[in-house]
Amino acid sequence: MLQIDREYKEKLIDPLFAPLDRGFKLSAAVLLAIVLWGAFLYIRQVVVGLGVTGMGRPVYWSMYIVNFIFFIGISHAGTLISAILRVTGAEWRRPITRVAEAITVFALIVGSMQILIDMGRIDRLPFTVIFGRLQSPIMWDIISVTLYLLGSVTYLFLPLMPDMAIIRDNLPEDAPKWRQIFYTILSLGWRGTKRQWLRLEKAIAFMAVFIIPVAVSVHSIISWILASTLQPGWHSTIFGPYFVIGAIFSGIGALFIAMTAIRKVLGLEKYITHRQYRNLGLLFIAMNAIWFYFTFAENLGLATGQQTYEMPILAIKLWGEFAPSFWLMVACMAVAFYILVVPPMLPKKVENAAFVFSPRFVTGSAVAASFFILLLVSSQLSDDPILGFVDNAIVSTILWSVLILNVFFILLGLSQWFKSHPVTATVIASVLVVIGMWLERWNIIIPTVTHPMLVPYATYTPSLTEISISVASLAGFLLMFMIFFKLFPAIAIWELAEGKVIEEAQNQVVIPEPQPNEKRRRWGFR
Amino acid sequence: MAKWSMVIDLDKCVACQGCSIACRFENNTPVVAPDQANLGRAIRWNDVFPLPVNPTEETGEYPDVKSQYMTRPCMHCENPPCIKVCPVGATIINEEGIVEQNYARCIGCRFCTVGCPYGVRYFNWYKPSWEPPLDQHLTPDRVEGKGVLEGPVVRPAGVVEKCTYCIHRLKKARAQAEAEAREFRADDYVPACVQTCTGKARFFGDLDDPESTVSQLAKNSRSFRLLEDEGTHPKTIYLREG
Repeated sequence: MLQIDREYKEKLIDPLFAPLDRGFKLSAAVLLAIVLWGAFLYIRQVVVGLGVTGMGRPVYWSMYIVNFIFFIGISHAGTLISAILRVTGAEWRRPITRVAEAITVFALIVGSMQILIDMGRIDRLPFTVIFGRLQSPIMWDIISVTLYLLGSVTYLFLPLMPDMAIIRDNLPEDAPKWRQIFYTILSLGWRGTKRQWLRLEKAIAFMAVFIIPVAVSVHSIISWILASTLQPGWHSTIFGPYFVIGAIFSGIGALFIAMTAIRKVLGLEKYITHRQYRNLGLLFIAMNAIWFYFTFAENLGLATGQQTYEMPILAIKLWGEFAPSFWLMVACMAVAFYILVVPPMLPKKVENAAFVFSPRFVTGSAVAASFFILLLVSSQLSDDPILGFVDNAIVSTILWSVLILNVFFILLGLSQWFKSHPVTATVIASVLVVIGMWLERWNIIIPTVTHPMLVPYATYTPSLTEISISVASLAGFLLMFMIFFKLFPAIAIWELAEGKVIEEAQNQVVIPEPQPNEKRRRWGFR
Repeated sequence: MAKWSMVIDLDKCVACQGCSIACRFENNTPVVAPDQANLGRAIRWNDVFPLPVNPTEETGEYPDVKSQYMTRPCMHCENPPCIKVCPVGATIINEEGIVEQNYARCIGCRFCTVGCPYGVRYFNWYKPSWEPPLDQHLTPDRVEGKGVLEGPVVRPAGVVEKCTYCIHRLKKARAQAEAEAREFRADDYVPACVQTCTGKARFFGDLDDPESTVSQLAKNSRSFRLLEDEGTHPKTIYLREG
């Protein structure tokens, strides 16, 4: 019989047995409907052929591949982050490891499904095993993603085992019979003996070290699938680390969103505290900076080389047909960076410039910004002679600069609000980053496939099937996540308890009082 | 062993697209409707297109244009980027240098179509179909072996296909030579596009034989290869115009 604190039982176990509320039922039903719609369209695609997508020659890869890279990137949230934090012994990881690991498993399932959806002959999937060629980057990918999935499931399950035993022993009286059997089976005979604990610690420690190189290999190999071709814009050596950094970056974003949702829904403010937000936020800022560095480095090579086939890829991103998605991506990342970095550095009270933080200033800047956006966009879309003056290079440069300045003013005005609402601010930044990273994948895949070397340039518009299946994939991801946390505790109970013991032990250690400053000669001699 | 190669003299090419039509009928490539063709779903193992492919500032505007027509079968590279990336070995380069495509093996991942810098590989977005009476005139030749299906046989949906230098003609020529109890000669076999070429601009033969026409033409000062600096070493060789 494993005993736990009353508080943990109330906060973490009892919600699992509470009757399903309306909000849950409704959102689950909506998500399920979207998933079923996607499944129907996928079956139609298998029967009719990949012609139902927007693809053609030369756009042989498109939205499914974008989603694939995106979801596999998201999957780096978890296992990698929780493994790194475990290995380095970061105590603050305890309340968020479970969420992180769950994201990994579900994002991996959804991500690898994208590749299967993209295959022309799904019935020939066994051929990859029967006739697999190890020389092909796709085989590397199959091996590393499979390994990562198996490793992540194991890594999710190992710390779950003691929790299963805890629930088994602390079931509410009215718990249904099947739940009892369910938790008994999953606890695998866990009694909490010393030998079992030692073994579990050993297994978790091994898995944490093992999973880090696997996770790095997964996204490197995805990038090498692209980099090993001769296509302009892809044939780049920087892709491996660039993709891994992007993956961890978007993963932290997804983790922030997920842990905030869980914290809010289950009321876990006591466990997931500002400490987690601050520490993970620091990692987030670092990834943001490295991401900018890599993006710059990757494009600098294209810009200075000015090669026949490479340069158009950069040109359409900077000022051509992909400029909206490229600059939106940059804007998302820059705003996220601002929200994470600047507001916490502001002084508590700004008396000389209080008007900057007033709602009136923000509204004024927003109105001005939307006016400039309207002006710039409409001058692009219409041939109206009145708007013609905007087409002037100097005028449009000034307008863009003023627009950027106004966006900065909006952010500046909101800074005090961001400072006083750090959790909401972090979630806003995370949503921006996740959107930005999806756009990044889009900006890598689509410009290159539409601008190959010896085929006329093409355009790509996703078909309804592709959009629906993409949305359904996201819905499936959310649904799996929701159901998982109805069956399993959102925070590793035993890890929390362990953390508490460690903290109490640390509190007993007496740290010497700082000495008063006395005049001492150098080296401490009087 | 022969090393099959094609030389195309652009000085003689009149851009009649006869090669494309001959290829289409020889190899049963399906015909698609214009709306599908606009989506890039048209399959042309042998394509004829202007070079540079995309208009640039240097090509000029009508009527002051500088343009050149290009006819393009598969390059049958000696170092093919497509076979390196195939996860299941559905595309291989055989000992005679022909890059083959096995329709019974292809899983439709389209890595080879992305890997090929020339865009010579095509995907079957739908099940191929022909309107009557075209469906009565399909080439009956099949190249089939243990788990291998290639050549002009009608392809299933969801697989990649490409120019094979009419590999079924090679097989038939070999069988013919054997039936006549004589040794197979390199000039027993030419692909359909070479046979039909209006301007006699295409030459086909064995690059390993220094006396063959293609070997001689490959040494010509006009000879060049497409995307030569990508390191793919194409065996389809061009003779420059003018």
